[in-house]
Parts: sequence; structure tokens; C-alpha cells
Amino acid sequence: MTRRGVPWPLALPALLGLAFLVLPLAGLLVRTPWSTLGPRLAEPRVLEALRLSLVTSTLATGLCLLLGVPLAWVLARSGFPGRGVVRALVTVPLVLPPVVGGVALLLVLGRRGIVGQWLDASLGITLPFTTTGVVLAEAFVAMPFLVISVEGALRGADPRYEEAAATLGASRWTVFRRITLPMVAPGVAAGAILCWARALGEFGATITFAGNFPGRTQTMPLAVYLALETDPEAAIVLSLVLLTVSVVILAALRDRWVSGP
Amino acid sequence: MIRHLTAVVAAAALLPAAVAGCGGSGGASSRTLTVLAAASLTEAFTGLGEAFERSHAGVDVRFSFGGSSTLARQITEGAPADVFAAASPATMRPVADARLTSGAPRTFARNRLVIAVPPGNPGRVRTLRDLARRGLKVVLCAPQVPCGAAARTALDVAGAKVTPVSQEQDVKAVLTKVRMGEADAGLVYRTDVRAAGARVEGVEFPESARAVNDYPVAALTGAPQPEPARAFVALVLSAEGRAALTRAGFEVP
Repeated sequence: MTRRGVPWPLALPALLGLAFLVLPLAGLLVRTPWSTLGPRLAEPRVLEALRLSLVTSTLATGLCLLLGVPLAWVLARSGFPGRGVVRALVTVPLVLPPVVGGVALLLVLGRRGIVGQWLDASLGITLPFTTTGVVLAEAFVAMPFLVISVEGALRGADPRYEEAAATLGASRWTVFRRITLPMVAPGVAAGAILCWARALGEFGATITFAGNFPGRTQTMPLAVYLALETDPEAAIVLSLVLLTVSVVILAALRDRWVSGP
Repeated sequence: MIRHLTAVVAAAALLPAAVAGCGGSGGASSRTLTVLAAASLTEAFTGLGEAFERSHAGVDVRFSFGGSSTLARQITEGAPADVFAAASPATMRPVADARLTSGAPRTFARNRLVIAVPPGNPGRVRTLRDLARRGLKVVLCAPQVPCGAAARTALDVAGAKVTPVSQEQDVKAVLTKVRMGEADAGLVYRTDVRAAGARVEGVEFPESARAVNDYPVAALTGAPQPEPARAFVALVLSAEGRAALTRAGFEVP
């Protein structure tokens, strides 16, 4: 059945593509020091970094949902002038090297930044070198993934259901809550998953904006990078932990919320 | 199905050949000397590279500056390179242990730590012990990288218990945090402060003499250009090389 269903001009590049994505992972597995895996995993620093990574990427995803879904709705449903420019601006964090994104965040939210200066002086809040800073850096880099997915879902959704609800007297907010959101829920879930995965792997913006301190701002990718300096085997173990946890969580979520064919 | 598989195998076999074909351009007319060097050598080596190209017609010097341990790993994993200049003996060691250096590495420069502070020194930092003051935001290199190990040694010698707000991945990242005013002080190399010009100030401290970093250089056994590689190492060790390094803020042995 499947053999007849996949023509070879698709099967061939698909296989090559899969090999290209999976072989580096196999490379990690080959070099994994299985004999010392147990003790390495039990190190408190590993668990600390893993916990911090899971907490910050989940909070960052929450922040992205809170701000990104309305932004996607505005881009897809309201015809304000200059929408094309705004849509391009939303994708800037995708193109920007994350380290540059981190510097940009420092320029705005840092101790001498445009907004950061005011936060420090009036509220006594400083964001760099804090866990909140990690969440902001991750959200900055990951939000475009959510906005683009949700906007795509909104554009694909049939507007006639919304129009029907409106003719029956529902306000735009009610329509959004009762009709639009349930309709695009799979798109929102897929976007949130992408966003979370991107936040989990975030390195450049995080280390630039929030720095690196164990327990406070050292997420798994940062721990992996620094382990690579002195102990490549430890770095491989840390990468495997991050990969395993994310693959398990993503597979579980995908089956539950984004039901495929 | 079998036919499809053969096609996949054939394509997979051809792919590396095609990629290699792209990389093998150039030829005998212009030879490329690849030098992997610690990021702190950027300023000093760039000038030396230009001098080398002038005196060796037909040789094109290409630098790859980066963290010493990353560069060392690239060499031990088989990246083609002619010369390696590291920021510490510890990062040169895996390369030498794998018998990839031609001859023993030679120390060509020394770098010492200074305290980098934003212009005007808002935290009024005068000594290493000042870094332990409460409320002062200090950034250091992570203990895993050479500048972090040197910082740890210097602070231990001074008996200063410093809790940094961040352990950065390299010395340039420490400098960035100080330059942008996010940190009140950071420990960096003297050469970094000199390269940053007026954007940071350097505060020297006597304990730095106890945490000096030796920079070793070596031509590599796998060098595609063994002869220019030896010549470049000789240039680094020559009077001209020493002058360039001194100008950049290094001490020379």
C-alpha cells in the first residue's frame, strides 16, 4: 500500500533528507560513553540545568501564546495598512543571529538600555543575569515560530463560520473565543510545540542576555557548550538527555493534540 | 523496491565526491596556509599574516580565530590545518598527545589578566579584593575555559571570594558585558583591554603575575602546506613577530 503510494521522485529525496537529519544523531549515539552514563546523569548540575531548561522554555512558550496568538490574529484578520511590513518584522528574530538578538535585548532591557534603565530606576528590576532574563531571551527567539504557524492556520480556516456567528449577533471577541480559537486549535498547538522546542534549544541569545550561572541561568544548551570545552563526553551525555526528554515530550504531545492522518 | 534502493546507494556514494570536488579548487598557482589561532591573537596575527603574504609570494594566509579548545577539537577530529596557536598549554595538549604537532610546541607569548571596568570606573574597583564587595556585579570566564582558570588562580592568590553574576563562555563575552555597562568589572586579558580602546579601562593588579597564560604554537603534521607552515611559526618567533605581539599587549619570552 505504502509502496504504491510513494512515487520514487519523492521517496529518494525523502530518504536522503531523513538520513541527513538522523545521521548526526547516530554520530552522538556512537560516541556516547555508555559505561559511565549512570553516574554522569546523577550529577546534581545536570538535573539542575535540565530543570531550569524545562521551566524556562515552558514559561517562554506561555508568554509567546499570550502575546503571539493575538498578534497572529491581527496579522491574519485585520486589514491595517503596512501589514506586510509588520509581518516581515515579526520574522526578524528568525533571521537575526541569536547572539545579536541577545545584544539587542541588552540594548533595550539591559541596565543601561532604553527600557531597562527606567525599570531599574523606578521599580528596581534588572533583567540581565536572571532567570526572567532567560525566559525573555527564549521567548524573543521562539515567538516567530508560533506567530507564523497560528497565522497560517487562521488564513486556512473557513471565515464563513465566523461570519455566520457574527450574523447571529456574536461580538468579535465572542467569535474569536468560541469559533476561531477552537477552529485553529491544532495550528496553535503545533505552533506552541515548535516554539517550545526552539526555546529549549536556545543558546546564543540566552548566554548573551542572561549570562551563564549554574542554577540561575545555565540551561542545558549552555551546560553542553561549556562541557564541550573540557569534557566532550559529558557534553554528549548532556545532549542526549536534552534530546531524549524533548523527543519524548514532543511525541506525546503530538499524538494528543495534533492528530495526524 | 530494489531498483529504488540502488538509486539511493548510488546517490549517497556520489554525494561526498561532488562535495569534495567543490572544495578542491585553487591549484598550484596560489597555495592557502590555514592558521588556527586563539581569538585573543586576532589583532597581532592579522598583521603578521599580511607580512607573511608579502614575503611569501603565492601563499594566501587564511586565519580561523576561535576558542582554543574548539580549535584543538577541530584538529583532532581531522580538520585540515597547517598551524595551531593556542591560548594555553592545556588546550594544546590534546593535539600534541595525538602526535599531530610537528615537533614540540613552542611558547611564543604570555598574557596576563587585568580587571576591565566601564569608562570612569563607576564601581571604583582598585584591587582584586574589591571584586568581592557586595552589590558589585562581576563577570568572569567559566572555569572550563583558559581565562576562567587563570581568574580562579589569581582570585585564590589574593584570597578574594568572588561570586560572579555570570560565568561567560569566553573572554570576549566578558568584555562585552563590561563594555555595555551590564557588569561593573570583569577579569580579561591585558590584550583585550588594549584592543577595546577607550570603551573599557584596565586596572592592573600584582596577583596577575601568578596567573600568566603561556601561548604555545606549532606546525601540524597533517599540514597540507608543511613548508610555509614552518616558515609561519618561525615568523611568530622572530623579532618581527615579537614586536607585533608586544604592540598587542602580550609579553614575549
